[in-house]
Amino acid sequence: MSKYARFALALAVGTGLAMGATGPAKAETPKKGGTLSYIVAAEAPSYDLHKESTFAAVHPIRPFYSLLIRVNPENPQSPTDFQCDICVGEVPKPTDGGKTYTFKIKKGVKFHDGQVMTAHDVVATYNKIAFPPEGVASVRKAFFKMLDSVTAPDDETVVFKLKFATGSFLPVLANPMSPIYSAKDLKEHGYDWHEKNVNGTGAFKFKEAVAGSHVDGVKFEDFHMQGKPYLDGFRALISRKMAIRVQAIRGDRAAIEFRGFPPKQRDDLVKALGKDITVQESDWNCVLLYTPNHGRPIMQDPRVRQALTLAVDRWGGSQHLSRIAIVKTVGGIGFPGHPLSATKAELVPLKGYGTDLKAARAEAKKLLAEAGKSDLKFELMNRGTDQPYKIVGTWLIGQWRQIGLEVTQRVEPTKTFYNELRNTKNFDVSLDFNCQSVVNPLVDTSKFVGSAGNNYANFKGQDQQLEEIYEQMLQAPEEAKQRELMRVMEKRALSDQAHMGVTLWWYKINPHRSYVKGWKIAPSHYLNQSLDQVWLDK
Amino acid sequence: MGKYILKRLIAMIPTLLGAAVLVFFLLRLAPGDICEVRLLGTGATVAQEQIDICRESLGLDKPQIAQFFDFVWGYFIFDLGTSMWTGQPVTHEIAIRFELSLQLAVMATIVATIIAIPLGIISAVKQNTLIDYFVRGFAIAGIAIPSFWLGLMIILGLLVFSQAWFGEPWMPPIMFKSIWEDPAHNLSQLMWPAVATGYRYSAVAARMTRSAMLEVLREDYVRTARAKGMVEKIVINRHALKNALLPVVTILALEFAFLMGGLVVTEQVFNLNGLGNLMVDGVEHHDFTMTQNLVMLVVIVFVITNLITDLAYAWLDPRIRYS
Repeated sequence: MSKYARFALALAVGTGLAMGATGPAKAETPKKGGTLSYIVAAEAPSYDLHKESTFAAVHPIRPFYSLLIRVNPENPQSPTDFQCDICVGEVPKPTDGGKTYTFKIKKGVKFHDGQVMTAHDVVATYNKIAFPPEGVASVRKAFFKMLDSVTAPDDETVVFKLKFATGSFLPVLANPMSPIYSAKDLKEHGYDWHEKNVNGTGAFKFKEAVAGSHVDGVKFEDFHMQGKPYLDGFRALISRKMAIRVQAIRGDRAAIEFRGFPPKQRDDLVKALGKDITVQESDWNCVLLYTPNHGRPIMQDPRVRQALTLAVDRWGGSQHLSRIAIVKTVGGIGFPGHPLSATKAELVPLKGYGTDLKAARAEAKKLLAEAGKSDLKFELMNRGTDQPYKIVGTWLIGQWRQIGLEVTQRVEPTKTFYNELRNTKNFDVSLDFNCQSVVNPLVDTSKFVGSAGNNYANFKGQDQQLEEIYEQMLQAPEEAKQRELMRVMEKRALSDQAHMGVTLWWYKINPHRSYVKGWKIAPSHYLNQSLDQVWLDK
Repeated sequence: MGKYILKRLIAMIPTLLGAAVLVFFLLRLAPGDICEVRLLGTGATVAQEQIDICRESLGLDKPQIAQFFDFVWGYFIFDLGTSMWTGQPVTHEIAIRFELSLQLAVMATIVATIIAIPLGIISAVKQNTLIDYFVRGFAIAGIAIPSFWLGLMIILGLLVFSQAWFGEPWMPPIMFKSIWEDPAHNLSQLMWPAVATGYRYSAVAARMTRSAMLEVLREDYVRTARAKGMVEKIVINRHALKNALLPVVTILALEFAFLMGGLVVTEQVFNLNGLGNLMVDGVEHHDFTMTQNLVMLVVIVFVITNLITDLAYAWLDPRIRYS
């Protein structure tokens, strides 16, 4: 057997071992004990998940906390499979025409300091997130625009009343950045206390954190899920350089990195470790977009924007780029594979998604000629991050050159990039991205609406029709109606007006030591990080 | 001598003040701020109100001149402020990393000195022989090879060879433990970056030792010593080397000062939680308080190292006297 054949076999075996991510796994009896060491690529700014938006806070801090409901850790690929974390039984169905959710809270759940958790803690938590007092930061306040009130009629009942019925509410509740805090802690210590202190009801208790180095957690003996966690503890090691993160797994200084590696690093690990490495792969709820600045005269004509999308060979790019970058799947505005998202048959009629590339590029040239912009020159602003920004940016420029456009690339460090994108708007076209946790297309697609806070295409107030379609979709009670409206919105945003262009959706690759069991890859690096179900087969 | 040291210490004040003005205002010339990086860096949807709350809580809404006086006043009351990123006191953040950076700088300096001085002497004494060519090649390679590449090769080499020889890949620890807490762990982590850094450092010092020795060996007093029939070893070690060391000491001292906070890439390659990494984080996050204090720390280390070097001159060359 040639070395290439052996490598291919090892890769196939490794990937096959990860089938638990997408299919039924052989039932194994979890072993108790051991400490899981894993790598985190950055340091958390604080321990307060309500205030942070980075995975660097989720990975080391989430295991200390519980949520009201969570994505099922046994089936994290499902966008609709939620389970109770600190509530009782099944996730409740709404009443009152979809506008009231009533949760029964588990009895006897304890915080790490011994306090008993009640429904009032849940209410205090969601009031802090959705209705923070003036001057208190809550970056996910906007997610709860449908929430009217949250109350606790008794110690074991929490009632959420919505302003309008929407399918986006449960996914918002399952957001891993909304852990339950103690009402007493919030009242006695204030709203900033959790930035530097941890007191949760999660599977692990905070042991120590050394800035820039690591965060340690130890098993919480009074955890509310009987028999769990399996681990004695965990150590989240901070390592900024990808080469070290990969070698740390190879040298067994760490067992896993939950964010993900590019294909080359996966292949290197599989080649070096063979059966000792398992690879889990999944579509990723992050998408790289390009954003034409409607404030620039050259990008105001929809025909020019349509030409930009028509020039892009998404289906071909998917095949080639997925070998070198963390992008793969062709999709529209919604996460690929979600029931609300477009199928290939629905995408193909949209501009830029056709399978006849020659015809698409001819149409692009024709549109540019009609707009009097055949010799269009512009600059693509990009973020100074290799994966996948610079790779996709360079690819895009190659695509646009095929229709005669002259495009240069300007790469900026993250802070300058965001300043230009958000404040100065000093760009013709920019790479941009949308990265979310729980798959929730009804909320995630707000990115494509001009009035959204994170829409940088500069067309606020210029497309009222798109805004109305989005609002109708958000408030549509039936899934079929939501789906229908999402197609209308998609066509308008990506094809008819071509306000923005979707390049490729990200692809998550997690190679890890094969002795790590019980962890299944989710479509987001924010999800499935409670670690209570993880065990070590050593 | 005491008067001289006092004068030098007083002269540090305008230097530090100038550095403070430069670092404070240059940092603020760059567009963007920490709140945008922190809240929007992941592409999240965040209302402007939340960004304003963040800016207010960090004092970024105050006039710049007020922020500058707060920064300078902090030095007079020994309060360097808190990191805008982690909210921890800057002194605490620096203290965590200082031991590692200091130990690594000392180890790299020892490695460099052990390699550079003997090689430089041999190279000078055996000028234009095969040994000299080898030492010069070794030194040029040390200057030419980036220490981060050497670091990566060391790690890769350890992984590959340990797997080949012992069946399991091994790499140095990636978490720091103090030498007082666990010497074996500490040394097995820090010896590799010390070698990677010390090699480049030794290359510079070896070339300097060689050229200084060559110059001194041609001096009249060396010829006189040889004419008197003095043993060559004594001529080299006692008469030539001590006089040739002045520029070498300067190089070693400046490199040592640079290593305190300047080992940015090496620290990343070996995952060392040192001052260099802290500086990178500070700059990346737009953490003004952290970055400006770290720059000031490096300035202080440089100024003090220069003073110590000047004082060492007097010991090496009795003709130099300070007043």
